[in-house]
Amino acid sequence: MSEQPTQEPMVRAEGVCKHYGRLEVLKGIDLEVAPREVMCVIGPSGSGKSTFLRCINHLEKVNAGKLWVDGELVGYRQHGDKLHELREHEVAEKRREIGMVFQRFNLFPHMTALGNVIEAPVQVKGIPKAEAKQQGEDLLTRVGLADKADAYPNQLSGGQQQRVAIARALAMKPKLMLFDEPTSALDPELVGEVLAVMRGLAEDGMTMVLVTHEMGFAREVGDSLVFMDGGVVVEKGKPRDVISNPQHERTQSFLAKVL
Amino acid sequence: MSAPKTPRARAIRAVQYLVLLAAILVLALLADWRQIGVTFFDPVAIAGQFPGVLSTALVNTIFYTVLGFAFGFPLGLIIALMRMSQVAPYRWLATAYVEVFRGVPTLLVFIALGYGVPIAFNARYDNWFAVMLALGLVGAAYTSETIRAGITGVPQGQVEAADSLGMTRPQAYRTVIIPQAFRIVLPPLTNELILLAKDSSLVYALGLTIDEYELTKWGQVGLTEFKSLTSVIVAGLCYLVLTIPLGYLSRYLERRGTVAASRVRKNTANPA
Repeated sequence: MSEQPTQEPMVRAEGVCKHYGRLEVLKGIDLEVAPREVMCVIGPSGSGKSTFLRCINHLEKVNAGKLWVDGELVGYRQHGDKLHELREHEVAEKRREIGMVFQRFNLFPHMTALGNVIEAPVQVKGIPKAEAKQQGEDLLTRVGLADKADAYPNQLSGGQQQRVAIARALAMKPKLMLFDEPTSALDPELVGEVLAVMRGLAEDGMTMVLVTHEMGFAREVGDSLVFMDGGVVVEKGKPRDVISNPQHERTQSFLAKVL
Repeated sequence: MSAPKTPRARAIRAVQYLVLLAAILVLALLADWRQIGVTFFDPVAIAGQFPGVLSTALVNTIFYTVLGFAFGFPLGLIIALMRMSQVAPYRWLATAYVEVFRGVPTLLVFIALGYGVPIAFNARYDNWFAVMLALGLVGAAYTSETIRAGITGVPQGQVEAADSLGMTRPQAYRTVIIPQAFRIVLPPLTNELILLAKDSSLVYALGLTIDEYELTKWGQVGLTEFKSLTSVIVAGLCYLVLTIPLGYLSRYLERRGTVAASRVRKNTANPA
């Protein structure tokens, strides 16, 4: 891991809480993700791991605590002691620097693979279409789908769709990528191709936070592993250490089930 | 249809055919065919309809329908967006609008716009303008509900994907939500066009010059002119020439849309 202690963290969470009505989903999360770090978040369903991920790009509003991405507060502006909620377009602007990949791909079904990839660069960033197309084709090549540029999502397998989704997120040139169980909706034989693309990203130095059940990937590619349960971080450490020598009883029983 | 399997089922089917045959025979024997022919299919009256029934009446029916749709569709879109607005008074206004114009007879709207509004506001306008307003206002109420259903029918994951790419709300609407909603609403929208075409007949309440006659009025006038119902039959057939293809188009779009929508659901449904 290339973490330097003096470096500003890419993601910093301080006492992040989230509740839906009376249901407390996050009960004070403190975490830091360094630039170029790959952090894997595991935990039973309902542990709040996806919710935490969605707080990072403000798809969910934090109820208490603070979150910073690259030194900037997420969703709010600080004036002295007071926090002011950002306007919708300001939130949108900040999201452009954070890529997100969803469990169900969420590709736009009425656009081709290339169309999906270039839509945001053209619409949001105002990049000329020819240039965006060139970049889009390069990205599709990078995820191994150069020949599928003109295919519509429904003509692609789940693994291919997810790779297009990754290319789509990368097209905005994000400095941070969030993956929300990117392989959970895939048939087992398609998981590998998606993980391979993610591994390539990690090797290129992308900062990544991913919620996953792929323990092998976490062990080999992850720089850190976080185990969440009941809305809190139960344990955090180097993947190898956490997996082979979990300190906490809840971590032990969870790992015993998934390994 | 497959052949009935049991003797009992075969017997029941035979009885049904016999009853049908008997009914046809009785009608054929009792009916006064000459009278029916004169009443509904008088050759002189048929000849008398053309070419005006096409060049004036059919053209005007299409013209009124298109006018009503051209005004009603954008208005319906605006009302649908108002109904989903974050600003409560917009929602109230839109809801009230839909309730009113869905709840009163279209004929009433025609009369109000043809006679009431010109007097009240001292405004003078041609009949075509009144038709556009009346059909548009009523059509918008139905269209807005259809569009709203289409927009809420776009999976939440699509909105989140647009959000995560940093699109603003207007950008997300323009490039992601509306194009998908449009596919969902195209079939019901085609049906509304059929209703609009039929409702354009209510323009008779405004009092028309011959040049403004549409199909229903044309057929009605033919009644007295030829002392025969033939003109009504001709007008009816002209409506069918318009509406039956639209009906087929609607069903075709529906079939295509269902396939597309199920693909969308498969790709983006979020069971979690």
